Amino acid sequence: MVLAMVASGLTLIFGIMDIVNFAHGDLLMLGAFVGATVLGMTGSYWLALIVAAIVIAILGALLQITTLRPLIGRDPLTTILATFGVSLVVQKYALWQWGPSVRQISVPVGGDFNLFYLQYPWYRIVTALLAGLIITALWLFLKYGKYGIWIRATTQDRVMAQAMGIPVPLVYTAVFAIGSAMAAASGVLFGPFAGVTQTMGFDFTLRAFIVVVVGGMGNLGGSILASIFVSLLESYAAILVSPAQAVIVSFVVLVLTMLFRPTGLFVPTPK
Amino acid sequence: MLVLDNVDAHYGKSHVLHGVSIEVRAGEVVGLLGRNGVGKTTTLKVIMGMARRTGGRITFEGRDLQGVPPHGLAALGIAWVPEERRIFRLLTVLENLRTGLDRRGMTPARREALLDKVYAYFPILKERRNQAGGTLSGGEQQMLAIARAMVLEPKIILLDEPTEGLMPRMVAQIQEIVHALHRDGVTILLVEQNVPLTLDAAGRVYIMEKGTVRHHASAAELRADQRVIHEYLGV
Repeated sequence: MVLAMVASGLTLIFGIMDIVNFAHGDLLMLGAFVGATVLGMTGSYWLALIVAAIVIAILGALLQITTLRPLIGRDPLTTILATFGVSLVVQKYALWQWGPSVRQISVPVGGDFNLFYLQYPWYRIVTALLAGLIITALWLFLKYGKYGIWIRATTQDRVMAQAMGIPVPLVYTAVFAIGSAMAAASGVLFGPFAGVTQTMGFDFTLRAFIVVVVGGMGNLGGSILASIFVSLLESYAAILVSPAQAVIVSFVVLVLTMLFRPTGLFVPTPK
Repeated sequence: MLVLDNVDAHYGKSHVLHGVSIEVRAGEVVGLLGRNGVGKTTTLKVIMGMARRTGGRITFEGRDLQGVPPHGLAALGIAWVPEERRIFRLLTVLENLRTGLDRRGMTPARREALLDKVYAYFPILKERRNQAGGTLSGGEQQMLAIARAMVLEPKIILLDEPTEGLMPRMVAQIQEIVHALHRDGVTILLVEQNVPLTLDAAGRVYIMEKGTVRHHASAAELRADQRVIHEYLGV
């Protein structure tokens, strides 16, 4: 579910702005560090979650204005290179600021419960629910909100949206900020599972891309389904082979999708 | 109200508009006739800032449009109904209208009133308000495109070939709507290939050929003397 959240941020940015954002995972990482820092200072996990999302949203907006806005209308390759550059800068900054060691975010909801024979931590359930809640909120916002309609109109026809008086450059910045905030929140939610390191972002970027491609680019619902699908597939594969090898399964799914259904698995009618 | 003064435009390296000068006065319906590919649509696109203007001046109510961002034109009172209609296909009819309704300074009461007004013009849109724009018929999409321009409460509507590809019944209905808008005091710059409709709806007509304006006359003159029409349009 956290993966679904990372992917929905990414697909939002891609679908609306045609920007392949290689820095997405690093914004997640940065969010996790900000979260860990706030947690260290205040001791409140929920405050850390919110502060991280807001800080990274502002950073995302600044990033979009300074780095990506001048590139609108250029070759997509330039935005890929630009976000890749940002990704490296953010990683090195994190290394400089917080050092190479792993930071722990302590679990805000303790306790386990018994799932058949397994001890299963409550926190995982809470995380899944919370991620689901945030995605639902995003969906409702896109479906019914004034700005949600602006965003969807811009996705479908940028030129016409402008003619209707929708401030498209502002919409772009806002979308990038929302996507960044979702990445940051995902980072804080995921933090307690594996700790926070400056290289955690890349893995997420990669997996989010798999999910976005498999789910159909720019298709929010598809990305969510695909992230559940890919995560389950990996988990089942991990029963048969080692967890490290299970990752291969996602790549196989990616390649098969690209070969046979390049528009995505969860798109109603490919045109 | 809207003045194009000696406007040039390029698509890449090809020079598509050569010194186009057109004036539209408040409350007028002005027709822009010409064969395919003579630059009628491009003229509208240049006004909307979507095609690159390389020379000349465009002013709206005395204000130079140079430097006004494309999304700023709606606020000035310029609405565009494009040739391809460009309905937001995945948005419902109501959401399509909301792209223009949810702008700054709108009160819920005014939004309702405007919505009622366009529904009165186009009852079919009210019926289909929760249907995706892409599922409408061609004529209904055209109505939606016009309705979407109307909710902006524009001073001028740039109407690009509104009857193209529509069946005769729909053409008559669109003609009715142009008349109704005119009665309401909306200024219209009407690009058309349909000569009878243009001569009926417009007060003055510009005829374009090869990227420039070749002839300018009142619709009454053109109705009386069809030779010019024959010469430039071959009908």
